[in-house]
Amino acid sequence: MSVIGWLQLALLFLVMLALVKPLGLYMARALSGERTFLSPVLGPVERGFYAAAGVDPAREQGWLAYAFSLLAFSIAGFAALYAILRLQAFLPLNPQGFGGLAPHLAFNTAVSFVTNTNWQSYGGETTMSHFSQMAGLTVQNFVSAAAGIAVALALTRAFVRSGATALGNFWVDMTRATLHVLLPLAVVVALAFVLMGLPQTLAGSVAATTVEGAQQTIALGPIASQEAIKQLGTNGGGFLNVNAAHPFENPTALSNYLNIVAMLGVSAALVYAFGQMVGSRRQGWAFLAVTALFLIVGTGAVYWAETSGNPVLSALGVDPAMGNMEGKEVRFGQAMTAAYAAATTGLSDGGVNAMHGSLTPLGGLVPMFLMQLGEVLPGGVGSGLYGMVVFAILAVFVAGLMVGRTPELLGKKIEAREMKYAMLAVLILPLAILGFSAASAMLPFAVAGIGTGGPHGLSEILYAFTSAAGNNGSAFGGLTANTPWYNTTLGIAMLLGRFAYAVPVLAIAGSLAAKTRVPASAGTFPTDGPLFVGLLAGIIVILGGLQFFPALALGPIVEHFAMLAGQTF
Amino acid sequence: MTTLTSRSLLDPAILLPAAKAAFVKLDPRQLVRNPVIFVTEVVAALVTLFFLRDLATGGNAVFSGQVAAWLWFTVLFATFAEAVAEGRGKAQADALRRTRSELTARRLTGGREETIAATELKVGDVVIVSAGDLIPGDGEVIEGIASVNESAVTGESAPVIRESGGDRSAVTGGTQVLSDVLKIRIAAAPGSSFVDRMIALIEGAERQRTPNEIALSILLSGLTLVFLIAVVTLWGLAGYSQTVLSVTVLSALLVTLIPTTIGGLLSAIGIAGMDRLVRFNVIATSGRAVEAAGDVDTLLLDKTGTITFGNRMASEFLPVAGVAESELASAALLASAADETPEGRSIVALATGSLGLAQPDARPDAVVPFSAETRLSGVDIGGRRLRKGAVDTVLRFAGIAVGDAPAEFARAVDGVARTGGTPLAVADGDRLLGIVHLKDVVKPGIKERFAALRAMGIRTVMVTGDNPVTAAAIASEAGVDDFLAEATPEHKLAYIRNEQKGGRLIAMCGDGTNDAPALAQADVGVAMQTGTQAAREAANMVDLDSSPTKLIEIVEIGKQLLMTRGSLTTFSIANDVAKYFAIIPALFVATYPGLSALNVMGLSSPQSAILSAVIFNALIIVALIPLALRGVSYRPVGAAALLRRNLLVYGVGGLALPFAGIRLVDLAVSALNLV
Repeated sequence: MSVIGWLQLALLFLVMLALVKPLGLYMARALSGERTFLSPVLGPVERGFYAAAGVDPAREQGWLAYAFSLLAFSIAGFAALYAILRLQAFLPLNPQGFGGLAPHLAFNTAVSFVTNTNWQSYGGETTMSHFSQMAGLTVQNFVSAAAGIAVALALTRAFVRSGATALGNFWVDMTRATLHVLLPLAVVVALAFVLMGLPQTLAGSVAATTVEGAQQTIALGPIASQEAIKQLGTNGGGFLNVNAAHPFENPTALSNYLNIVAMLGVSAALVYAFGQMVGSRRQGWAFLAVTALFLIVGTGAVYWAETSGNPVLSALGVDPAMGNMEGKEVRFGQAMTAAYAAATTGLSDGGVNAMHGSLTPLGGLVPMFLMQLGEVLPGGVGSGLYGMVVFAILAVFVAGLMVGRTPELLGKKIEAREMKYAMLAVLILPLAILGFSAASAMLPFAVAGIGTGGPHGLSEILYAFTSAAGNNGSAFGGLTANTPWYNTTLGIAMLLGRFAYAVPVLAIAGSLAAKTRVPASAGTFPTDGPLFVGLLAGIIVILGGLQFFPALALGPIVEHFAMLAGQTF
Repeated sequence: MTTLTSRSLLDPAILLPAAKAAFVKLDPRQLVRNPVIFVTEVVAALVTLFFLRDLATGGNAVFSGQVAAWLWFTVLFATFAEAVAEGRGKAQADALRRTRSELTARRLTGGREETIAATELKVGDVVIVSAGDLIPGDGEVIEGIASVNESAVTGESAPVIRESGGDRSAVTGGTQVLSDVLKIRIAAAPGSSFVDRMIALIEGAERQRTPNEIALSILLSGLTLVFLIAVVTLWGLAGYSQTVLSVTVLSALLVTLIPTTIGGLLSAIGIAGMDRLVRFNVIATSGRAVEAAGDVDTLLLDKTGTITFGNRMASEFLPVAGVAESELASAALLASAADETPEGRSIVALATGSLGLAQPDARPDAVVPFSAETRLSGVDIGGRRLRKGAVDTVLRFAGIAVGDAPAEFARAVDGVARTGGTPLAVADGDRLLGIVHLKDVVKPGIKERFAALRAMGIRTVMVTGDNPVTAAAIASEAGVDDFLAEATPEHKLAYIRNEQKGGRLIAMCGDGTNDAPALAQADVGVAMQTGTQAAREAANMVDLDSSPTKLIEIVEIGKQLLMTRGSLTTFSIANDVAKYFAIIPALFVATYPGLSALNVMGLSSPQSAILSAVIFNALIIVALIPLALRGVSYRPVGAAALLRRNLLVYGVGGLALPFAGIRLVDLAVSALNLV
């Protein structure tokens, strides 16, 4: 660890801190349908969409109708994307003439982008045509993120309203999130990326002769634009196979900074917007403080683990002062690799700028654990916020009773109905992650897919399902996931992680909206102070993390002790 | 309370039947209502089967036998906790039931009297009860007045007056008429009378789970499912690492992880909460009401009897110009010598007390008693005609026109009225001496009580029939947050509805029939036992002591109930961390020796570690039974401070304690060579 490294990290958090408030305030206005400086341009477009789709923006929906709209929209999006991927060979903008995708890969990929996961069982530059990337994947990068924001908005309104049945209109929320938030930001960030040297072209790959005289195919395409929304929408699916470790996706330390800021920006600002909209900015800051706590500790832990290096390699003559540089890009270094790793997994982004499988065991444990905590730090756009609220509901319920009142969150009483749906949502992660991991660990043909033996192999499986169920999409590497078994099970895990979570959340929203907002008093459990921040962090670790401890013990933790003992597998 | 609890905890009269009942409660059909403990029982049965297999096949039966035994103990300790809580109520219910055995009734049918068993009475029957008889059922006095001993219900031995009409017409079955004869119309069918309901409630027979208890059960069931998934899948993950985990150790892991502590004590906490109310002589008709009491935002308190003593008392003498204070005081003292009203006594007390005057020994020549018509009282003594009374009547007595009264006299009268007091004028013949300030005296300590309530976030609202000026003065002196002056029952009802519309929960107490609608509307309505049948029916609690300040204790008990649940839940979940550190290394250390680094407690062997965690998990239930029954101590310090304290004690404590506890059990296990 070095001073420069820590300064880089400190600067990053300061930039985030400065960004959260202005962006959050803008989003709160734009998402509520209030006038912003972009309204003159985007307002007519928005109304045009409603007119074309026959949507009455003033007509609001109850939670069930809202959930049906979300599901219908996602199913339609899945069907369209699946068709594009299967029929790729017959569609335009395919300079390299790629064929259609296999059914299980098309299923996996379509589910992956519709659920905002962007798990990639394929290599982008060797599989996807420009049309598939732009009209298929990138479209979902926008709208799947917008759908997440919509669900978060519905939940936000549940706290604002009293005795209401309506939560807003899904179509309106989704359109506004795309048009007023994601699109303008994507334009700005894409232009900045172009400025930093990311390619933006419709040309295919370039064949080059290297210095050694070998032939090399250099992939090109509309990379900058896709990179922008990939981060802003916490999608994470790279244009290129090695994602943001590739110099075309992430050429410099500066672009690396922009990558991290872009991926954190919308999610973090949405948490601030939540506070603004429910009339308690302090509540927004409290949630952000929990997020920052985990991200700082997570980043520090990865940074420490990576600079501590690997005694097995040191024994082979590698300079221990270098720490562990395997799988990392020299232009980013350990500090910025650590920050990227923590952010991409604390969020449900899933882009990577280093190979997580090459991190030291503890360095690899951190991203895995951050995902298992439920992707709430600050999580995917929208999904992170509503995940955090679910944890907050559990936290006020468990500890709120300790002040001698029926627990309340922002004036809404938390009772049996909310608890039922919150537990339903919370059950999904262990069920999908541990269930599929254990099944894969028992099935010989699934075990055959792992890249490394021993505990590291188990980590590969565990990481894959963690990433899928958490709608993260980052990969540990090593695992050959493009098989019918993994493509199908990972697809199911992604669907569960997205919709089996979002629907109970909407049910909670419906129930909360109908309740009267109780005014706070001295007897009310305070949910915006440091005490609550500590409590919520504790609940997230204990409820979100404890269930995975045995599995982690058999994966990265064992591997760590084995590494210290010099044991290899 | 503490001594009461600890004594009755060790009381063999409760413990022995409870131990027996604990086994009866093992019936899975009963236990299924408690998912956490039900899962524990299923797992215990499963491990027992594996123990039998081990016995037959020569496996490690010593280990699996002990694990099975401690799993059964875990279940038994949980059922025992519930049985103890119920046992304490049962003793009380038995005493009540004795009072109502073999009652007979003298029923009036068409003018004829017939003697029948009380159980044959129907609603609407009219019965005659004379001195010495027990009243056969709940009802209303329609004729007569009598003194009634209600100690069977209230525990209070002083007899109370029951009469037809008005607010003292309700009588309770099982109580005894001491004098005179009452004609009573029966208002409750046998089996549904007040005492019957009381017995059922105290015994817990009618116990339904309260909303918060249901929500908590959902959380606990959800956690149980989560850990079930974690443990079952661990078998598969371990298989990858060529480790075969036995059902015994996985069962041990599961039971230690699921929240057995709170699961085992949950119903005991609820029963104990009701029981605590009974100890305060309050009967709640449902557990829901007790829980709601903890949530109350606004207390509606009657001024008279709760905030003030209810009698106006002399607080100062205000003489007119040219009259010494002592002269006014001695005249007032003489005028009040024969006055036995509370006001009169308070004048005597003030004059002889703070002014140090001697009791007059001269006998008055004539006494003029107070009457509502004259609004004047006094004495004729030694030729002096001393009178005290309402200002206008005294002025008339002294022959002074209202406009001719001295200016400073009129100012003093106004001043007293403005502060909510009552001016009492004193005259000696035609000479006006001054006024006595009669004040509605606020009970000592009540202001601090309200401040404490405010710290808890509870607003107090004073309800009074006084005019707004008087009400405001008393309200500010007592330190209530708001007041409702010239309150009619309709006002109260409207006030409650309005508060509830804002999402607040209201508690109030009342006794009259006209209070009934408001009592029914309030979230927590406490009726006085001395009140009318209508009030008692409308309320969801009845205070046997008929003390209006009881509302404050009820709120505290409600809060304590919720706090105890929350604290033990937090404790239970926090415990899991240490259990992981005990069991996970024990399970895998054979495959991966490196994992022994996680054995931070230094437990002696894998089997000892697992057994110790299971034993600790079972024993902690027993250790916490007293806390569950007594309740977590409550202090009115505001939510933030309470949370900080409880989080420290039960959260951090719950994290740390099992590390020490499991280590200690492990020392014992290895010292005794149990595995």
